[in-house]
Amino acid sequence: MSGGESALQLVLSGDPGLFAIVRLSLLVSLTAVLFAALIGVPVGALLALTRFRGREAVVVILNALMGLPPVVVGLAVFLLLSRSGPLGEWGLLFTPQAMVIAQTVLVAPIIAALTRQTIEDLWVEYQAELTAMDVGPLHRVFTLIWDARFSLVTALLAGFGRAAAEVGAIIIVGGNIDGFTRTMTTAIALETSKGDLPLAVGLGIVLIIIVIIINALAWGIRRTGERYAG
Amino acid sequence: MRPPALDLPIMFIDVRITAGAVTILDGVTLTISPGMPTVLIGPNGAGKTTLLRAAMGLVPPSSGLVTWGGRESSDPKHRAIMFQRPAMLRRSAGGNVRYALAAAGMPRSKRHERATALLSEVGLTGLDHRPARRLSGGEQQRLALARALARDPGILFLDEPTASLDPAATKAIEDIVRAVSARGVKVVMCTHDLGQAKRLAGNVVLMHRGRLIENTPAAQFFATPRTEEARKFVAGELLV
Repeated sequence: MSGGESALQLVLSGDPGLFAIVRLSLLVSLTAVLFAALIGVPVGALLALTRFRGREAVVVILNALMGLPPVVVGLAVFLLLSRSGPLGEWGLLFTPQAMVIAQTVLVAPIIAALTRQTIEDLWVEYQAELTAMDVGPLHRVFTLIWDARFSLVTALLAGFGRAAAEVGAIIIVGGNIDGFTRTMTTAIALETSKGDLPLAVGLGIVLIIIVIIINALAWGIRRTGERYAG
Repeated sequence: MRPPALDLPIMFIDVRITAGAVTILDGVTLTISPGMPTVLIGPNGAGKTTLLRAAMGLVPPSSGLVTWGGRESSDPKHRAIMFQRPAMLRRSAGGNVRYALAAAGMPRSKRHERATALLSEVGLTGLDHRPARRLSGGEQQRLALARALARDPGILFLDEPTASLDPAATKAIEDIVRAVSARGVKVVMCTHDLGQAKRLAGNVVLMHRGRLIENTPAAQFFATPRTEEARKFVAGELLV
């Protein structure tokens, strides 16, 4: 199949256009995961360790938000950032920043929900001992986050996998502008509809390789965690 | 030999502890004084564990009063407890002990040396870097003991420290308990093992259905039990 061959050539030759697309994709998704972690980990830990009225409902909603449809997030962020929207004066629509915002919204619930589950399970295990050791509330939180760090990194990678693979949100708020907001997934969507299959297949190959690397990382981290922490 | 802990005596005055509709401790009056280990015995559900937790200060009485050295509330700094199923922190054996030292307020520079000494005291030398959760059952119990000792307690509560351990592992724990007690640390423990009570106890407290049945010096308890329940228990009959 000639399409496959030229796709492979494209990847192996380090085509600068393709390289720029891959670079932007990684930059947007990694930045989004960073922000989502800064929001999601504290929120998840707080939710795991506090008891208040309606907490169960919050947990259910948070778990449901893990499956948030990217196009809906894209639409919501679009409305927020569009000229007439509440944040329209920031002028962020169709920029990489807008894509970061959309993916942060998409990934933060995943990280928060997984963090909540992880920290809560560990707290059940640790509660009696930490109480008997008279460990204060803040120190408890740090202890739980630290001791759960291998599971939490896996949660971050799950969030990154979600961000790197989605197209619905970033195509709406980014606009798939060549050389500016074009990422792997938006390019694949466009090139396929245009009929430029080599570029689409080449990007598809790169994307799959990245996803495999992420999963290998998650696997390795889990194994390392087992070795050091049991 | 250390001076008796400031928290002693621990006094229970007509202590009742309930959980929902269930009465776990039912009007317990007890004085825990300095000296040889106090050993709590009695069937499952007698309230031994709850009594230990209340004496540690982890469970407040529903009614009645617990005092430590005459005070109604007392910083648990000089008390430590080892639970029946201790949770191992997801750290190395040494990391578990160093964590307890940090929680007890020891400065970082001294922790490493002290942790090494504690691991050696419980016979875990060389296992510093082993993940705690990968240790055997007996090793985990000893690590939990090291973690409790890291608080440098004046009073040490042990909740069935040798349940489900083989004789060698049991002996290792008992030897440590004896050494700790000889240093002047007040040990309060519960056990299902009458032989262990005989080997370690200064006085024996028999509990049954949340009530304190008898509190007697060990020699007397086993030779001439005062109550019918104690007589049955010592004779190996089932107390139900």
